[in-house]
Amino acid sequence: METLYLIFIDPFVQMAIEPAFLAEVLIGGLMSGVMYSLVALGFVLIFKASGIFNFAQGVFVLFAALNFVGLMDLGVHPILAFIITLGIMTALAFAVDRLVLRPLVNQNPIILFMATIGIAFFLEGFGESIWGGDVRPVRVGIPDTALFWETGFGEILVLSSDLFAGVIAAFLVTVLALFFHFTPVGRALRAVADDHQAALSVGIPLNNIWVIVWAVAGFVALVAGIMWGAKLGVQFALSTIALKALPVLILGGFTSIPGAIIGGLIVGAGEKLFENYWGLPLLGGATEEWFAYIVAMIFLFFRPQGLFGEKIIERV
Amino acid sequence: MTRPGNILLGVKDISLRFGGVRALTDVSFDIHEGEIFAIIGPNGAGKSSMLNCINGFYHPQEGTITFRGQQRRRMRPYEAAAQGISRTFQNIALFRGMTTLENVMTGRMLKMQASFVEQALYLGRGKREEVAHREKVEEVIDFLEIQSIRKTPVGRLPYGLQKRVELARALAAEPELLLLDEPMAGMNVEEKEDMCRFVLSTNHELGTTIALIEHDMGVVMDLSDRVVVLDYGKKLAEGTPDEIRGNQEVIDAYLGVSHD
Amino acid sequence: MLYREAGQFKTSYSADQAMLTITLDRWFVFGLTAFAIIGVPLLASEYIIGSILVPVLILSIAALGLNILTGYCGQLSLGTGAFMAAGAYLAYKIATNITWMPIWLVIPLAGLCAAAIGIAFGLPSLRIKGFYLAVATLAAQFFLLWLFVKVPWFVNNSISGVPPAPPRSIFGIQVTGAAAGNEAKYLFVLAFVIVLAWIARNMARSRIGRSWMAIRDMDIAAELVGIRPLPTKLSAFAISSFYCGVAGALWALCYINSVEPTAFDINRSFQVLFMIIVGGLGSVLGSFLGAAFIFLLPIVLNSAPGWFGYSIASDTITHIEFMLFGVLIIFFLIVEPHGLARLWQIAKEKLRLWPFPY
Repeated sequence: METLYLIFIDPFVQMAIEPAFLAEVLIGGLMSGVMYSLVALGFVLIFKASGIFNFAQGVFVLFAALNFVGLMDLGVHPILAFIITLGIMTALAFAVDRLVLRPLVNQNPIILFMATIGIAFFLEGFGESIWGGDVRPVRVGIPDTALFWETGFGEILVLSSDLFAGVIAAFLVTVLALFFHFTPVGRALRAVADDHQAALSVGIPLNNIWVIVWAVAGFVALVAGIMWGAKLGVQFALSTIALKALPVLILGGFTSIPGAIIGGLIVGAGEKLFENYWGLPLLGGATEEWFAYIVAMIFLFFRPQGLFGEKIIERV
Repeated sequence: MTRPGNILLGVKDISLRFGGVRALTDVSFDIHEGEIFAIIGPNGAGKSSMLNCINGFYHPQEGTITFRGQQRRRMRPYEAAAQGISRTFQNIALFRGMTTLENVMTGRMLKMQASFVEQALYLGRGKREEVAHREKVEEVIDFLEIQSIRKTPVGRLPYGLQKRVELARALAAEPELLLLDEPMAGMNVEEKEDMCRFVLSTNHELGTTIALIEHDMGVVMDLSDRVVVLDYGKKLAEGTPDEIRGNQEVIDAYLGVSHD
Repeated sequence: MLYREAGQFKTSYSADQAMLTITLDRWFVFGLTAFAIIGVPLLASEYIIGSILVPVLILSIAALGLNILTGYCGQLSLGTGAFMAAGAYLAYKIATNITWMPIWLVIPLAGLCAAAIGIAFGLPSLRIKGFYLAVATLAAQFFLLWLFVKVPWFVNNSISGVPPAPPRSIFGIQVTGAAAGNEAKYLFVLAFVIVLAWIARNMARSRIGRSWMAIRDMDIAAELVGIRPLPTKLSAFAISSFYCGVAGALWALCYINSVEPTAFDINRSFQVLFMIIVGGLGSVLGSFLGAAFIFLLPIVLNSAPGWFGYSIASDTITHIEFMLFGVLIIFFLIVEPHGLARLWQIAKEKLRLWPFPY
């Protein structure tokens, strides 16, 4: 009885008693959710266009951030560093396409997935051997002051960098949406996502499209990397935290851009709430390590296609 | 040459929809024991959907399917296999990473009973069964004349041979009803003749009832005892090849008809 | 011309289906096994036995396990470390609580517990395939490790949380724990390796192996020849987890001599995955070659500069190791998905014709 009370009633009582704390937990969760969303977004872009599940997306984030920070430490202006890094990510996309994807075309998706694990390991070692393995702070002038937001039920602490991150993410998603809907390249990308063969037959050059998609994913990775780096410093934990994009995609659906965003926010907020109200008091904490995966696994039983994904119909 | 036989499979008023698309509408026909039964029709007529209903891959919204006098409810494909229905596919569905022999051995899957421990230790029934079924499989391999490719991974075989291996796998299960989805598609004349020979001898020597889909009208008319014609998911006609040949509606469906 | 198959005619199907159909192969494997049992303990140094052969053999068992699931049944797993941990923690728990039970029984029993856990995390394979399944196995990886760390029951409330391996003996010779001799541990591990490898080969050539491969190659067609997908996949999960559980138990009791979570983290899962990719997906031999290769590579990398009189900072070596692993994975996937095992086979085929290739 006591246990049931602690599980089902007490957490909600706590939430009601201290709404300001609840709001802080939620905001903190949503902010880490934005990061998950951005990584997941890169996954979705590549998955939609080429059907490849790019395990290396997390390391892309790290690699992009490392390059950016490394260049800035050499005294390069942030904007120039951004552009150079973007160039490096495009070159990387090109290399991945030529050296890994093309030789493996028409292979089983699992083989391609494992190949991207190989890419992840290579890039991690490569990035570290060039820029070293220390934690590096990113200073791009994002203000990191604490704002106190006065509400009817108490003061809420919000970091301005968090707000900034949210704005950037929203901006990025809008840009991508516009890009997909109103540019020729965007239309081509959507055509490829729908049907490779048909896209080829109307004259869309598939090879270049793949490079473009991987480059766009690299761009998203760069933005994510800078924001993440500004918050926590560029460190190698980035690549493992990025594994969380997997459950995010399960929730949001592998083919949906809004799904990736909403899935990320749900996972971010959900794991913080669970940790603060159930994990810490009842389970000894550190539940953030597994919460997202277990939720995703349970979710798979009921909606394997995710919240926004398309239902997969199999044909014989 | 219609051979009278008991009804093996009865299809009654089958309707199948995918969302708003009607793939099949009120289709009925019977397949008799020992006959070669052809399902023909233009592309998109619902022929493959029909086979998919028969072996449990699709579940029609309306209608009943009776096999050996027993009406079946929603069943899974492996249950259909267990009841004695085997099939081949329009696009070859072999296990590409396995050898011809292993592929054909999977056809014996349902007839093997050794427990897990017996298999893991390869002792007693585990070993006896492997050898006994290997003998059966070799008979099928001889029958279809694919001895020389026994240990070749099927992914490396040419198309025509892959089709033959697929037929071997279906035959290894010793089915009562064999469903062939376009067994001759994409073959040259010689390969087609071979395949026709195999289909006929399967029917005559093993007494297997066969339902096949085929686009080559020459083949259909020569092989089959009876034919059903589908068009836009509806049954257009049913009868012996000669009856079908003379049927005006069928000719219209295939050649188009001018409405003037 | 010494190595050949010409003139070796099989007169029965049973002979044709034997595990090793070429006489010389058979003698080679028997000879190797005999050497491993008798020769190695007599000849090899303590270092080779204790620090190389024991871990390589144990990891081979884990690689065999993952190969059953991924190589044969086509279900990707990133949770190998967790299933190994399950074997390790439960072997500790059983060994310390049921003290009368002989250690050779404790380890398979721990494997069975791991198998049960494997089935639970394999259930989502009913609805999902391929890399979607990777999420379920990641859930196992993170959740199980968290569970073993947070619940002190698993380590008998040990204060450090990292209890030493209990010392146990067979025929009066200690085989587990820090005080056991390397030869004894080696032979104990080897016994498991021989039995489990033999069983894996048997499964691969029986009905169960064929049904796994059928599911891997084309699950829809598999269902249509009468294979039930769920029991087949779950059997692969169970048996794979059993192998991993046994490997984990041996790793904790016979190699690192303690039960600690860091030995089974996600890096372990990746390490074993790399072993089967490099060694050969769907190959028993490949599991051994891959385990040896991936385990030895960092050791060679670390000592190689010394041989040539250079010294390289250890973190640089780690970076090179990462890059090399990445390149090797991609290389093998592109050039030879059947891995080292296939290269070995090609070498044999060449040898068969040698010295007259025409």
